[in-house]
Amino acid sequence: MTSLYSYSFLILLLPLLSFAVNGLFLCRKSRKASAAFSVLCAGLAAAYAISVALAFFTNGATPTVAWQFRFLPIVGDFNANIGLLLDPLSVMMLVVVTSIAFFVNIYSIGYMREDMSSGRFFALLSLFAFSMLGLVIATNILQMFVFWELVGVSSYMLIGFWYHKPSAVSASKQAFILTRFADSFFLLGMVLVSYAVKSFDFAALNAVNLKDFASIPLNLGIMVMPASDALTIGAALIFVGGWGKSAMFPMHIWLPNAMEGPTPVSSIIHSATMVVAGVYLVARLFPFMAGAGNTLCIVMVVGAFTAIFAAVIACTQKDIKRILAYSTLSQLGYMMFSLGASRLCDGSINTLGYTASTFHIFTHAFFKCMLFLVAGSLIHQVHTNDLDAMGGLRKKMPFTYIATLIACLAIAGIPPFSGFFSKDEILMTAFQSGHVAVFATGLLTSGLTAFYMFRLFFLAFHGKARSEHTAHAHEDFAMTLPIVCLAVPSLLSGLLAKNIFATKFVPGALPVATAEHLAHATWIPYAAGGMAVLGILIAALFYARPKANIERALDVDNRCKLYKTINHKFYFDEIYYAVVRQFIFRGVAASARFVEDWIIGSLVNATLFVVRKAGALVREAENGYLPFYVGVMIVGVIFWYFVGKLPL
Amino acid sequence: MLQQILFNLIWIIPFLTVLVCVPIANSKVALLKKIHLCSAGIVLMITLFLATNMILDYAPYAGGNAFAMSYLTDFPWLAAISAHYLVGADALTILMLVLAAVIIFTGVLASWRIASGHKVFFGLLQILAASVYGVFMSFDLVLFFVFYEMEALCMYLMIAGYGTGDKDLGGKKLTLTLALGSAMVMAVFLGMYVEGGSWSVFELANVKLPENFQMWAFPVLFMGFAVSSSLFPFHFWSPAGHSAAPTAVSMFAAGVMMKMGAYGCLRIAMYLMPEGAHFWLPYILFFVIFNVCFGPFIAMRHKDLKFITAYSSISHLGLIFLGLCAMTPVALRGASLQMLSHGFLTGLFFATIGMIYGRTHTRDITQMGGLMKIMPFLGVGFVIAGFAGLGLPGFSGFVAEASIFIGSFQNEGTLFRIVTILAILSVTATAVYILQTANRMLHGPVTNPHFKELTDATFEEKIVIVIFVICLLAIGLCPAPFADFLDTSIAPIVSNLTR
Repeated sequence: MTSLYSYSFLILLLPLLSFAVNGLFLCRKSRKASAAFSVLCAGLAAAYAISVALAFFTNGATPTVAWQFRFLPIVGDFNANIGLLLDPLSVMMLVVVTSIAFFVNIYSIGYMREDMSSGRFFALLSLFAFSMLGLVIATNILQMFVFWELVGVSSYMLIGFWYHKPSAVSASKQAFILTRFADSFFLLGMVLVSYAVKSFDFAALNAVNLKDFASIPLNLGIMVMPASDALTIGAALIFVGGWGKSAMFPMHIWLPNAMEGPTPVSSIIHSATMVVAGVYLVARLFPFMAGAGNTLCIVMVVGAFTAIFAAVIACTQKDIKRILAYSTLSQLGYMMFSLGASRLCDGSINTLGYTASTFHIFTHAFFKCMLFLVAGSLIHQVHTNDLDAMGGLRKKMPFTYIATLIACLAIAGIPPFSGFFSKDEILMTAFQSGHVAVFATGLLTSGLTAFYMFRLFFLAFHGKARSEHTAHAHEDFAMTLPIVCLAVPSLLSGLLAKNIFATKFVPGALPVATAEHLAHATWIPYAAGGMAVLGILIAALFYARPKANIERALDVDNRCKLYKTINHKFYFDEIYYAVVRQFIFRGVAASARFVEDWIIGSLVNATLFVVRKAGALVREAENGYLPFYVGVMIVGVIFWYFVGKLPL
Repeated sequence: MLQQILFNLIWIIPFLTVLVCVPIANSKVALLKKIHLCSAGIVLMITLFLATNMILDYAPYAGGNAFAMSYLTDFPWLAAISAHYLVGADALTILMLVLAAVIIFTGVLASWRIASGHKVFFGLLQILAASVYGVFMSFDLVLFFVFYEMEALCMYLMIAGYGTGDKDLGGKKLTLTLALGSAMVMAVFLGMYVEGGSWSVFELANVKLPENFQMWAFPVLFMGFAVSSSLFPFHFWSPAGHSAAPTAVSMFAAGVMMKMGAYGCLRIAMYLMPEGAHFWLPYILFFVIFNVCFGPFIAMRHKDLKFITAYSSISHLGLIFLGLCAMTPVALRGASLQMLSHGFLTGLFFATIGMIYGRTHTRDITQMGGLMKIMPFLGVGFVIAGFAGLGLPGFSGFVAEASIFIGSFQNEGTLFRIVTILAILSVTATAVYILQTANRMLHGPVTNPHFKELTDATFEEKIVIVIFVICLLAIGLCPAPFADFLDTSIAPIVSNLTR
């Protein structure tokens, strides 16, 4: 078992190898070879990860650092290491990332079959898998930041994979810059926290007790404050990194736009793995954040608002990938507020919130990844993202239909599908936290989720075919196989993994709230299930009843202002462009250039002018005319004698 | 002994090459190019060999304010003013020599296709090479100054003779500004000799220069050096000079010459005048704000590739000065790493820009588009340079910047904290202009039909790009050996700073 652990770095190296070999050699030579090699590496990595996970959970699940080396020395014993941490959270993520990467690689064989640059695609996909795995196994926050940036870059390159499309290029730029903006706060928080704690290690940060820092003053430039307060600010700044990466409101706009990338990319990066990195960061630093003042309160508010905000937008969209993107946002909001809501008013911690959130990461990854793969299949057949052009695909794609039904039931939270269990726990956390508004938001969002998912489901698969391509749709084996495979965890993962999460996924070293403290409500599962059923029924009423007028239901132009506003995503894209264009480019950057070119430039030119003129004046004196020199000398001596008091 | 001879040959070989080439006719282009490439290659091999040796033999810092010198060569040179020929190498020196040798070697390759005047161009390039090697090697102030002065004039000749655009004005701005810096440096060197009684850096380090001397001399010397590192307000030569200079000269100026200034600031100004440093550096920090916080925004509004890169260099150099001003061991180490890192990074930047310009005959990014499809190798090279420039982990920029940020945060002064926070937040702006440039230039549809006939990198151009990428990755992926090695140079300076 120890040797199994000590070679676990192979899980990372296999995708890296695939990236290097594909990128340097195979991608130009043979598209088939690069696909095969990529799938092979992903498969081996997944197999290794699953065997590590089995060994880990059957052997008591004690956290271990499997290997570690010194990356960058800072001062004395304060080093930045790169290591491999195996604990329940990271092992769970290893399994999720590697298995999803494996399925997406298989799927991409079908999806990218006609693309001439699919070799590059597989190389970049492997690079992403490597970076994400490195992020997941990080032993310290600097390592996490290192891989955090690398996933950002792989995401950038994959969103802009079709770089001849201007929309893809600008979406990739927006995604990178927005997350980078958030990351600069992460970096600042990291610098601040590591300065106070003298360590990057998660173990050290999570063991921090703010009371020990209360008497140390720390200068933050603007003001001097106790180090404990500065650490709270640091924790909040680190959370801002996760805020951007997980696309929480108002930094959410990059995620729907990122749907410009190929669909397998949306599936792995922008739903199942990379975007949960923000949630993962908060979960990883949970004891630290829970101890740091009201940081978790921010997490809760941001998460809850994003959950309902995105769900509302998803109800009005027609682009199948955007619906799923907003759904992802909404589910990420769920995970966030579950973490945030675990801190009770008296400062004690309800461990259920942590369990529920990590559990939801796990279940959500499978069904959301699968839903994106389904969307990709539909787009591949119908040649458009638009639900307007779909309909009636049930008979053309029967396996896909059944798998999608399972995933939709899972995300809606119908028992016994996987999403039900995790969502139920999240709602329970919200209820126990005592924040009624958050609980109500969660419950309402759950109903909305069921509504928009079944809206999508009915519009795509039921009714009549609404376009030429739809009538000729068929199933592609390489693309259907992963979908069917992923239906299994979507169905079962909740039921099977519930106990593991309840017993092993408990944050340590915290003042835990006792059971008596916590209100217990047996009616919550029924309420959650009831909301979901209600949502499904409403969706069926609008879109699946035999006499439903689909054209009317999909019409946007003749709707009220509120509907149009929601459909335009509350005009956040426009606001963003206004801020960036007008404020950053036309305001800050243009005035910086104005100062540089006109003020500093003129000073330089003025100096040049003065020097030139002075030179010209002096040159006049050098005229080689002897009487002139003598005359000047005489005048000079006289002048000196009278004015300068020459001691003659 | 053999190694000592090899070490001294580093600056002699370029001169010998120039002499060898004098009798060769200007028309024998191939022969000339081969000779110069061989000579640059030999120097590169020597520096790599000596650097490997030194890294392998490296002994941790043992205390005291003396550098751990190797290959020390010392004999009287100008007896009349008691100047010595005093050269040697410690960690910082040898790594800077490797950087310079890489830039010169790739510079020769990047100028492979210049139209005419090969003999003079390569000859001047070799003299430039000799002068920077000499600057990094010499520990005698007179010798240092002689080498330091040599490069500015060659630079003017190369820009005015082989440049593009308003090359005369660009060259003059560059050379005259540098000459101003040299004058300031010279004045203080003379003062140091009068006050300290020696030209040797080692001896001056042990003499505590009088404080009232340091009070006026430190800012003059520091700013004198900072001129060549384009610290505000002396940064204006950089956009003008770079945009006029031919590729190899841009690579050289940004990659090596701008580091010479920072090197002088660290090795001479801060090492020999620590009291002055403590008094003045917080004020100099105000200038750094401009470089770090305004540079990226100005770059955002430019459309000429060389202007963008010039302002990018200005902001990166600002980070070096942030590290120097903070004066903590981590920040100084970060600053030295950034000197190396930025050398390779900007070398790659200017090399790819030169190659792309050589094909498209425009440097205006709005005129380009879709070049990734036409020249994928060059495109990837440029993107790598961009990512390294925005501090992507895996490349050397990240470890350098992270060290600088962590280190400068350790300085508890209010101003340092504010500037550090601003500097960290300004990394986003760097991402903006780099992605904007890469997107306009490389992505999107091909706008100009003539571009479809262009070709990708030639063999020698590929070598240039690969060398730089290897250097960037080497420091970025395993920075620990470099950092430990550099500590042997940084620690004596810190020990002097805290005396």
